[in-house]
Amino acid sequence: MAKYRCEICNYIYDPAIGDQDSGIAPGTPFESLPDSWVCPVCGADKSQFVKEEC
Amino acid sequence: MEPLEIKKDVYWIGVVDWNVRHFHGHTYTTKRGTTYNAYLIIDEKIALIDTVYGPFSQEMIEKIGEIVPAEKIDYIIANHVETDHSGALPEILKLCPKAKVFGTAKCKEGLYKHFYGNWDFQVVKTKDTLKLGKKNLTFVEAPMIHWPDSMFTYCPQEQLLLPNDAFGQHYATSERFDDEVDQAALMDEAAKYYANILWPLSSLILRKIEEVQKLNIPIKMIAPSHGIIWRKDPAKIINAYLGWAKNETKPKVVVVYETMWGATETMARNIAQGIIDAGVSVKLFDITQSDRTEVMKEMLDAKAYIIGSSTHDNDMLTTIAGFLEFLKGLKPKNRIAAVFGSYGWAGGAVKSIENVLKETGIELVASGLSVQYVPSPDEVKNCYEFGKDFATILKGAK
Repeated sequence: MAKYRCEICNYIYDPAIGDQDSGIAPGTPFESLPDSWVCPVCGADKSQFVKEEC
Repeated sequence: MEPLEIKKDVYWIGVVDWNVRHFHGHTYTTKRGTTYNAYLIIDEKIALIDTVYGPFSQEMIEKIGEIVPAEKIDYIIANHVETDHSGALPEILKLCPKAKVFGTAKCKEGLYKHFYGNWDFQVVKTKDTLKLGKKNLTFVEAPMIHWPDSMFTYCPQEQLLLPNDAFGQHYATSERFDDEVDQAALMDEAAKYYANILWPLSSLILRKIEEVQKLNIPIKMIAPSHGIIWRKDPAKIINAYLGWAKNETKPKVVVVYETMWGATETMARNIAQGIIDAGVSVKLFDITQSDRTEVMKEMLDAKAYIIGSSTHDNDMLTTIAGFLEFLKGLKPKNRIAAVFGSYGWAGGAVKSIENVLKETGIELVASGLSVQYVPSPDEVKNCYEFGKDFATILKGAK
């Protein structure tokens, strides 16, 4: 599963980790995050994220 | 300078830092100095909104003392963690240890990581309201405008917005209001602030302004944490922000170059002359002689950039490299560019600059122009034509 990077603050969403503070379980792909999900660091919405090239 | 009542029972108790010339380390030149604006509201409960940079703590505390003993402060609103606004918090809290601090969740974390104080802190969210008596304060979270902790405070009774760093300017003055200062200097500093600090956050700023506009809250005064307070025409700065946040530009070219022995400079001047003769506005900067903060301000409303460097160690020169690195971080959108430079044997600068511009998301609309050693009369003419052609492309660009 791909990681995604916030273009505003550079936070990286790692699906293996999820986002515990927002109730996102480990193993949740970025595409499955609800539209209401925002970057846990800076509050940017999903549209501000880009796929991280590995 | 005395405290100043900006609205009934709302006082400016900030400080003027006349002599600061570098800000955020050395990322921002503050040639007109700055101010750290903090505000005190006197009501049944007394609220301090933001503080000042640490070295000015006593000056702020003395100003508060002229209005009310500092121990009477009940609430401290921390709109932003950054030390130029929170630096005086530890000192003021020694005088009013029972005061409660309000801010976002990120603010709570951030203040702790700055001062490690065990303060009474209440986390607030957008639309939370704090009652002072006759006046209320309503909070609007504003993450990444310009740190994750950032927040705006609004007083509906006075139609007063306290947005901290948003709408601010590094502009030290004895006057406090927009209608009391030179308009060109004021907008110059507001644009400089936006270009050098807020530009990469434009999409969030646009959304936040639209969100505040949808709340339909009347704003008669905007009192930011740096510089002048907007009372005569708050819409002026809001509209300017909307334009900058949308990356709106003028048909204007900013030429920035660095030269070793003058050949690249000769190229730059002739390119610029070609653009001028095509009827397009130009700003030209030798980056080693220029104030980068000022150059970025010129780039904020320019549609087109032309960047040049001599080749040194098969690459561009180092000052322009640092400049382009800064520009990349500012994330300009919807810009066009072209590149030039002189070289001795193998070249490298033009390609290297083109790569950085591509990474920055800037569209290259002409092939790079290279000249070996010193431009011949024909090559000088080529530079002039290069400028003219670029101006033609710019005129046709959307």
